[in-house]
Parts: sequence; structure tokens; C-alpha cells
Amino acid sequence: MPLSRDEVRHVALLARLALEPGDEEFYAEQLSGILAHIDRLQQLDTESIPPTAQVVEVTNTLREDVPRPGLSQAEALANAPAAVDGFFRVPSIQEEA
Amino acid sequence: MSELTELTVKEAGRLLRLGSISSADLVTAHVERIEKLDRQVKAFLRFTPELWKKQAEDADERIKQGDTGALLGIPMAVKDVLCVRDVETTAGSQILSGFKPPYTGTAVSRLFDAGAVMLGVTNCDEFAMGSSTENSGYHPTHNPWDLDRVPGGSSGGSAAAVAAGEAMIALGTDTGGSIRQPAALCGVVGMKPTYGRVSRYGLIAFASSLDQVGPFARCVDDAAITLALMAGRDPLDATSSDRTGLDVLNNYGDGVKGMRLGVPREYYDVEGMEKGVKAAVDKAIKTLRDAGAEIVDVSLPHTDYGLAAYYIIAPAECSSNLARFDGVRYGISTEDAQNITEGYMRTRRKGFGTEVRRRVMLGTYALSSGYYDAYYLKAQKVRTLIKRDFDEAFQKCDAIVSATSPTVAFPLGAKTQDPLSMYLCDVLTLGGNLAGLPGISVPCGLSEGLPVGLQVLAPQWGENVAFRVARAYEVASGVMAEVAP
Repeated sequence: MPLSRDEVRHVALLARLALEPGDEEFYAEQLSGILAHIDRLQQLDTESIPPTAQVVEVTNTLREDVPRPGLSQAEALANAPAAVDGFFRVPSIQEEA
Repeated sequence: MSELTELTVKEAGRLLRLGSISSADLVTAHVERIEKLDRQVKAFLRFTPELWKKQAEDADERIKQGDTGALLGIPMAVKDVLCVRDVETTAGSQILSGFKPPYTGTAVSRLFDAGAVMLGVTNCDEFAMGSSTENSGYHPTHNPWDLDRVPGGSSGGSAAAVAAGEAMIALGTDTGGSIRQPAALCGVVGMKPTYGRVSRYGLIAFASSLDQVGPFARCVDDAAITLALMAGRDPLDATSSDRTGLDVLNNYGDGVKGMRLGVPREYYDVEGMEKGVKAAVDKAIKTLRDAGAEIVDVSLPHTDYGLAAYYIIAPAECSSNLARFDGVRYGISTEDAQNITEGYMRTRRKGFGTEVRRRVMLGTYALSSGYYDAYYLKAQKVRTLIKRDFDEAFQKCDAIVSATSPTVAFPLGAKTQDPLSMYLCDVLTLGGNLAGLPGISVPCGLSEGLPVGLQVLAPQWGENVAFRVARAYEVASGVMAEVAP
């Protein structure tokens, strides 16, 4: 089923992707084309088939809880685009009251 | 050309231990080859001269002390998705430009411990999403066999580096075919191990239930030894298996006499299969039959649904994994955002390329409220059907043989406007990822002057079986990966 412009805007917000001019049309067209191929999955009767999320043979692997050195604060912040006083710096999270 | 860049790991190892060459000589020869060719091939994104000098010196010292490790002093290239401490690692994406990991991933650090020498970081499709390396956020890589054509992808830089004689071995990752398909298109050996064989610690995740790290090499022996040395349990990856790396070498030199090799009719007649590819694969199958293998017909009835299931599952996982790129902790960030949500949205729009945004959108849509059952859950159920297809096929055969890619290397730009045509490049490889199987691609001749790859898929944990068939083919056919002209 083709995606509407409203759906594209909704999904872009969920995906935290800003939309630039032309993006809505682009995603609507491209995603609709890919979904048209994907819709063939609906031809299969999977009522009694369990889902497969992963194919690992090991389950609930645990390791000894041994303390070991982690990153220093300086190392953890070394790649940050902006840091201040030992913190990651971000734009405001709450609006002023 | 210096012949040092045509040696296999085994041959180089013998010369190193005899003292007739040093690791420094090997490294110099490969660096000269890079200086001569990489301006055209563009396999590498960055070089690591401090590392290669230090590691070659250390390797030469260890050899003098009598250490006989198989990879000691061997020049290696590493795909730009595997973290190496203090070496810029970007997953082929602008969003990570400047990122220097504070640690080295397990697969790489094990090969460093084994004495391999890192030459540099190889190009790839952004976050390993693509089949041509044209989705790199930096530049495309060119196929050393024909510079107007793609090397395949996503590990196209690693495949091209080995094919061009710029590195003896290289590391790649394979989520839907990203090691095997470029290996086929560049005429080298590429192995995707069983899911869980190699630790993913330090691998920048694309689709966590499908990603595996594996080697590129010029012959099956070299790929096998590289895999053996990086495989095995890692406490830092809970999905890594207890099985030892050396398992992958069990009986692998025994030849194919008496083995049953399945040819899936759905793979044989897949849409878009080129005549020349089919002819080369037919000839390879005949070679294996002549070497004593029994060729049997098998069926993978849900093949037509594999691509559709894959293009829900992989984008769904990627949309979740790539949520971490928020412009706060690493990589680029947009300045002057009014609030944090706007900062995230503008950073991600700016930092991610077209294909990555397309897949993040697709995956987010498939996981969103109201569509989860119709797409994601449905795709997971179809994944079960595909895995069962392989389980049943392996009741009738020891391994499955087919073409790796339905086509030879295609011209740059040929598929960039039509995502579905690009996705179809992986139609013969992605089933192996959905089912978690090991698979190898070995060169099996040329079509129109370009390399064709033979794929061997084995049951889970049957890397030794895949290597055994591939090596038997290599021996019987005399077709070895050539350094591209």
C-alpha cells in the first residue's frame, strides 16, 4: 500500500529525521515501491508458524561479574561534539515555564 | 609489480620464517602497490602508518624469537565498521566523521595478537547498507578488474584491496551478502561465518541478528586460517559461541569425494541470472562432480520471499541500532538547534546518506504501531520458513552450491536510482544470513572478462564443510584468485 504524506511525516518524526524540501515526495515514492515488493509476504499462510528473531544456539549467557577498568571521563567525552564541565552538552530539553 | 604482493599467506609465512624476507619488506611492497593503484581503485579511506611500522617491527622481532604464527607479519586491511583504538572509524558515514574509538573490537584485536599488520581502513557502503560501495559517505570504490565498474558491497573496499594486491587479507562484514558478493565481483575468496562464530564486539551494528565478521583472502587456506584465529567465544559478545576457532579447519583438506552437494533449483534459475555466470557455475559444478562429489537436486521453496523478509528485518534492526547516532556523544552535530529533538533530527538528516535514511524510515515504519504484525512479525515468521527450507535441504546434501551473485560487476551508477534492483544483488546470499549459515565465495572463472563467484553454503557450524568444498574446487580447477590486471 502506498504511503501518504502524513504517514511519511509521522514516521520521520518517530525516526528523528528532519524533512527537507523534496524529502516527503521522495520517501513516499521510494518506500511505496519497496513495500509493493514486500507485500508478497501476505501471500504466505503463517498462522501456525512461530517467529524467528535470532538463530543463536546459546541462551542466557552470563559471565562472571568481575570489576574491570572502564573508560575515564576524559576518554568517554573525547569524541563528543560539545562537552562542558565533564558533561555532554546538549540543547535545552525542557521549555522555560 | 613486486611479486611480494602476489604471495599467499602460506607462501609469505614460509619466506618470513626462512628469513628471506621481513614483514617490513612485505608491508613496503604493499604500500608501494597502494601508492601506485589506490588513486584509481580507492579501496582505502585512511591509512595507518604508525600502526604498520610498529606492528611490522614487532612481527619481525617475534619471528626472530622463533614464533611461527601463521599471520605474523601479514599485511591486512580492515573495513571501516570495525573499531580500532585511536584510528578514525566512521562506518562509511559522515555522521561519524572524526570518531576515534577508545577500544579495539575483538576480531581485530585477536588478529593483532596473532601478528597481522594493519595497513589501513577500507571503504564500504554507509553502515554496510548496499551492494556496490557507492553508498559510501566518502567516495565510491572501483573494481580493479574494470575501473568503470563497482567492486560490489558493502565490503567493496576490502574486496578490491585484496584483488588489487594492496593487502594480503582483509576483514569485512556480511549482513546479507556483504562479504560474499564483493568477493565474487572482485575475484577473491570471501567467507561469512556462522552467526555467533566471530565476536561482534567493536563492530558498529547494522542488523544485530544478521551481522557477522569474516575474512577476504586470495585463497581458501588463507581465509580459513584468518577465520580460525579470530573466531571463538568472547565474554563481551553474549551471542558468540563456545566452539573453538580451530573447528573451522577440521578435515577441510579431505576433498569432496563422496560428499553430496545440493543445487537448489530456485537459486539456479533465479531472476536476473546472467548466461555467462550460469555457464561458469555449471562448469564449476561439473568440476566438483569430476572430483568425486555427488550432485543432487534440492529445493528452497521460499526463496522468492527471502528478499521481502530481509528488507523488513534488516531495516527494522537498523532503525533501532542507528538511534544511537544523535549528535551528542560522538560524530557530527548541528549547531544552534532550539531544542534537543530538533538537534537530533537535523544532525541525522545531515549525517546520514540517502540509503541509510531510506532504511531507517522503512524499518521505523515496519515497527510502528499498527504495522508491526503485518510487517515485522510476518517477516520473522517467513524467516522461520526460510530456515526450515535450509534444514530440509541439508537432509539431502552436505552443502549447497550456487552462484554467489546473479551478475558480474556492473557499471558504476547502473543501479543507484532503483533501490530494489540493487537489493536483488543479494538474492542468493541473504538466505544464509536469515538462517545463520556459513557461506563462502570462491572465484570460478570469468564471464565477459569479469570474475564470477561460486557460493558454498553449509549447515550452521559447518565452516569446515564450506572450506572443504571450496578448497577441493580450487585444487581441482586450478582457478586461484588472481591479482587483478
